[in-house]
Amino acid sequence: MKYATWSKSAGLAVLEPFRDEPGPVLISLQALQREFGYIPAEAVAIVANFFNVSRADVHGVLTFYEDLSSSPPLPNEIHVCIAEACQAVGSRSLEKALKLAHGEQVRDVFCFGNCALGPAAMVNGVLIGRATPEKIAAAMK
Amino acid sequence: MNFAKVFVPGDSAAVSVGADDVVAEITRLAKAADIQIEIVRNGTRGVFWLEPLVEVQVGEKRIGYGPIKGDDVAGLFEAQFLKGGSHELCIGNVEDLPWLAKQDRVTFRRVGLNDPLSMSDYEAHGGLIGLRRALKLSGEEIVAEVLESGLRGRGGAGFPAGIKWRTVLDAQSDLKYLCCNADEGDSGTFADRILIEGDPFTLIEGMAIAAIAVGATQGIVYTRSEYPTAIAKLNAAIAIACEHGLLGKNILGSNFEFNLKVRSGAGSYVCGEETAMLESIEGKRGVVRSKPPLPAISGLFGKPTVINNVLTFSSVPAIISEGASAYKSRGVGRSLGTQVFQLGGNVKCGGIVETGFGITLGELVSGYGGGTLTGKPIKAVQIGGPLGAYFSPKNFDLSMDYESLLAAGGMLGHGGVVIFDTEVDLAIQAKFAMEFCAIESCGKCTPCRLGSTRGAETIQEIIEGHNVAANKKLLLDLCEVMTDGSLCAMGGLTPMPVKSAMINFPGDFENRSAVTK
Ligand SMILES: Cc1cc2nc3c(=O)[nH]c(=O)nc-3n(C[C@H](O)[C@H](O)[C@H](O)COP(=O)(O)O)c2cc1C
Ligand code: SF4
Ligand code: FES
Repeated sequence: MKYATWSKSAGLAVLEPFRDEPGPVLISLQALQREFGYIPAEAVAIVANFFNVSRADVHGVLTFYEDLSSSPPLPNEIHVCIAEACQAVGSRSLEKALKLAHGEQVRDVFCFGNCALGPAAMVNGVLIGRATPEKIAAAMK
Repeated sequence: MNFAKVFVPGDSAAVSVGADDVVAEITRLAKAADIQIEIVRNGTRGVFWLEPLVEVQVGEKRIGYGPIKGDDVAGLFEAQFLKGGSHELCIGNVEDLPWLAKQDRVTFRRVGLNDPLSMSDYEAHGGLIGLRRALKLSGEEIVAEVLESGLRGRGGAGFPAGIKWRTVLDAQSDLKYLCCNADEGDSGTFADRILIEGDPFTLIEGMAIAAIAVGATQGIVYTRSEYPTAIAKLNAAIAIACEHGLLGKNILGSNFEFNLKVRSGAGSYVCGEETAMLESIEGKRGVVRSKPPLPAISGLFGKPTVINNVLTFSSVPAIISEGASAYKSRGVGRSLGTQVFQLGGNVKCGGIVETGFGITLGELVSGYGGGTLTGKPIKAVQIGGPLGAYFSPKNFDLSMDYESLLAAGGMLGHGGVVIFDTEVDLAIQAKFAMEFCAIESCGKCTPCRLGSTRGAETIQEIIEGHNVAANKKLLLDLCEVMTDGSLCAMGGLTPMPVKSAMINFPGDFENRSAVTK
């Protein structure tokens, strides 16, 4: 995934389409995350001002949702499913191996809806069934 | 012959095991041999152990080959697969595969057959009949038909859809909403995703019928962010549906207006709970609302709102086109119609099994599932997602319907059935259930927020063999407090996997010091 570089004006341009959206906070944070790969600290006040809501509201939403991140993206986003159906086919040992090999880039997810072809993982947005450390390494940048 | 029609699923599960490589290889080799082919990216048939499943149209039949890897494609050409030639991976006419032929596909009747975004294919296979009929009926009549069919919510709670619809129909408001719950957070479930990716017009048609019935003009499909392909497919399908007049100002030339859009979740399980979902659509933290008011009276932005699961809405076109009596002729007792079961986990033949309620657990996991992937015996089966109960092979004669599962201390949930072999340790699974609750709790009630963490610690003590008897009693007390003192089913049902594990697998909670190093 390729992300744009954050700037205030680039951020405002992302927010613009949501000006008249009812309940715009989450959807606009998601749009920022898609565009820049994360939500920079200074964006919180910008979003609050833009939609005339409190900073606490924006911060509250930002911290509630697992998908939203306030730190810049790492080179690879490796999401490994650790929910029950994947546990049944060894996702817990896959998770351990991946974290050992790729550290912070690995994040736990609960289910990709690929539960008959587990363990499931997603590398930079690409879903991998019957995942192994080798398949995952091959999909990384 | 120098023209052939080939089907390779575009479903994300098929793609996750190499369907795109297969398409690239077929395209390359066909070009090299100067053979004209058309490759259709159909939805999946839900026969996952055969994915990628390549099908070739041969006369009236569709001859299947699977599972196919990129490397197998040259061999397929040598075997003349474009004429249905024999090959060790050939499964014959796909519809004659006993695993599929035995099923009773109603909601999933079109999934896997065609290009999911072809409106002409949709109509050629029975699409839009329900919507056209609905436009000739009054809202009352549509609601009566849905009530009569016995259709209950497929998202987990099993509430009769018709009653919910009637409440919204009767509510007076300038604006009413429909929200489709496509959050599909339960592990071991994937039917919503497959339907959206494989036959999105059915969901759109079902929602349009519901909109006409209750007088709603705006609809939202809240889809989990872990499903990017489903979100993209649904957005594309909505655009096509608008072009064909299924959505928009005048549905199929009538005076009904209905607009639909997709909202993506953001990685929160509790946002599948309907009121947390409403909060999330309103852009807020996904904190559960107290009821009353019911969403049917005061839902999204305070307006009357029908909330149903993907499968609930998607069952409606068949009910309206063929009538309530045809639908309710299936099933047992008060569980009428068909259920889309999803077989996953450590299973040899996993996938989608749609059949009338009342099939036994054993028929599902041993019959359809064919046992475990690893070949070891089945030790446990979890039914109904992370809040569902763990059963043992002793329960294999259990009838899969709402009432029987409840009576056995479990629940159907969204119909996910997850299989574990003898390697599983149910004390570890029970601890995971508590940890999951601690992570995903919305934080509103103490028993759920803190009880879950305490529960995980207590199970850890049991695992380590400390004061086992006293800790088991403490754990049961804690479960009672969570069941009684939680606002929603997140905290309220987390005890279900825990207690069922203790009851059905007592050995895993005994003598722990012997097994832990
Ligand atoms: C923690 C929690 C998570 C839930 N997740 C989902 C979900 O992912 N999908 C769903 O349809 N229903 C889910 N539900 C059930 C919904 O609250 C609601 O009952 C359902 O969407 C209503 O639609 P239905 O009547 O068609 O089933 C969940 C409930 C709880 C308590
Ligand atoms: S039970 Fe848990 S998830 Fe449900 S409202 Fe209470 S704290 Fe929130
Ligand atoms: S449980 Fe892992 S993909 Fe569903």
